[in-house]
Amino acid sequence: MNFVFRHKRISGLQVVVPENESHYDDEIEHFNFPPANSKKLKRVLGFDRHRVVTAGTCASDLAVHGMQNLFDRGLLNASEIDALILVTETPDYFMPPTSNVIQGKLGLGTDLWCIDINQGCAGFVVGLIQGFMMLEQSCIRKVVLINADTLTRTCSPRDRNAWPILGDAASITILESSDDAGPVFANLRMDGSQHEAIMIPAGGFRIPHSDRTSAQCEADDGNIRSLENYHMDGIAVLNFVQTSIPPLVDELLEQAGKTKDDVDWFMFHQPNRFMLEKLADRMDVPREKMPNHIVENFGNASSVTVPTAIVHTVGDQLIQNRYTMCLCGFGVGLTWSSMLIDIGSLQFAEMTEYPGGETA
Amino acid sequence: MKATRDQLLTILREIRPEEDFGTSNDFVSDGLLDSTDIVSLVATLDRSYGISIDGAEILADNFRSLSAIVTLLEKHGVQV
Repeated sequence: MNFVFRHKRISGLQVVVPENESHYDDEIEHFNFPPANSKKLKRVLGFDRHRVVTAGTCASDLAVHGMQNLFDRGLLNASEIDALILVTETPDYFMPPTSNVIQGKLGLGTDLWCIDINQGCAGFVVGLIQGFMMLEQSCIRKVVLINADTLTRTCSPRDRNAWPILGDAASITILESSDDAGPVFANLRMDGSQHEAIMIPAGGFRIPHSDRTSAQCEADDGNIRSLENYHMDGIAVLNFVQTSIPPLVDELLEQAGKTKDDVDWFMFHQPNRFMLEKLADRMDVPREKMPNHIVENFGNASSVTVPTAIVHTVGDQLIQNRYTMCLCGFGVGLTWSSMLIDIGSLQFAEMTEYPGGETA
Repeated sequence: MKATRDQLLTILREIRPEEDFGTSNDFVSDGLLDSTDIVSLVATLDRSYGISIDGAEILADNFRSLSAIVTLLEKHGVQV
């Protein structure tokens, strides 16, 4: 499915990361593997440190903290928001929608469309597509896209294949109409036949919580986790990314009439350094144009990794400058999606911290 | 570039010192190598033999046995 949007732009970007930082060197002793073996992964996969929420912190806490920060500094006016999209895999509750929880905590008016989207690592591009579609309506002039996840709360700290990769974060992206914005191209693919490749098997309604599902056991791969913990079939996902993403981006560029040389930055989802280096090589994209340093600094916070890569890499340049970016996300679903968009002349492009232990 | 089967076994034992790669017929199904180990193995093979294994070649089938790994290396011009 291919999209084109006209007269739409991103006008502001803020990333919120928890202040609390966990270090891989301190985590090695918890894994069910020889320490020397685990240390080797630090170099290969880029494990070092990641941001982890303290107990009890939810996606809405990170989001409200960031939104209030923007209100307080006059960077966002609450009365101008017509729609609030929350993309998360870690909602506060099964019901109500967490976007409504955020609306209530912030005291936003009732003439507002709140919507939750259950998406993961492709969720930034999916959220942008949803937001730009909303802006096609004349009654919607400004959309706030919030991507927020606390995936470490779903993960066993003794799962070496997942715990050191994951991080927690939120991002707030302001979308609005603009007469002088260039066209935005996007595409989207989904394959539900592979929905088990990345999942939390139990704890929902298909396999409800029980003593059995919450018991920590040694899995076939040697890691310790329960059926209520995050699990990924790493090799299947790696192969899916390497084979599905290059043609997706080729199609996008062909649709836009552009080449890879026309793209300043390939801001991709951040699964780990190794996977991105292999992907850049496979796509004939210079590795320096595809940042891969987010897992080692912040962790993989699902749909927040793309805005984190943007802000961490070029955030200080996005107020004055403008870059052509190819955004791409891929993961749970399975879902994969890319977008070609000019980003720049932003009102704000920054990272802020959520204090440890604070509740909104 | 040349490699020997003994060198490959040494690399595998560095990744999973507690496992016996000499007796397993299927490193993946027998649980000797998981996805993280395979990534670590690919990175080591790339660096040790000056090759670049394509991302699309990182399939479980290419790492189930020593013979499978040898076949992959030979595809990249490494003589084993």
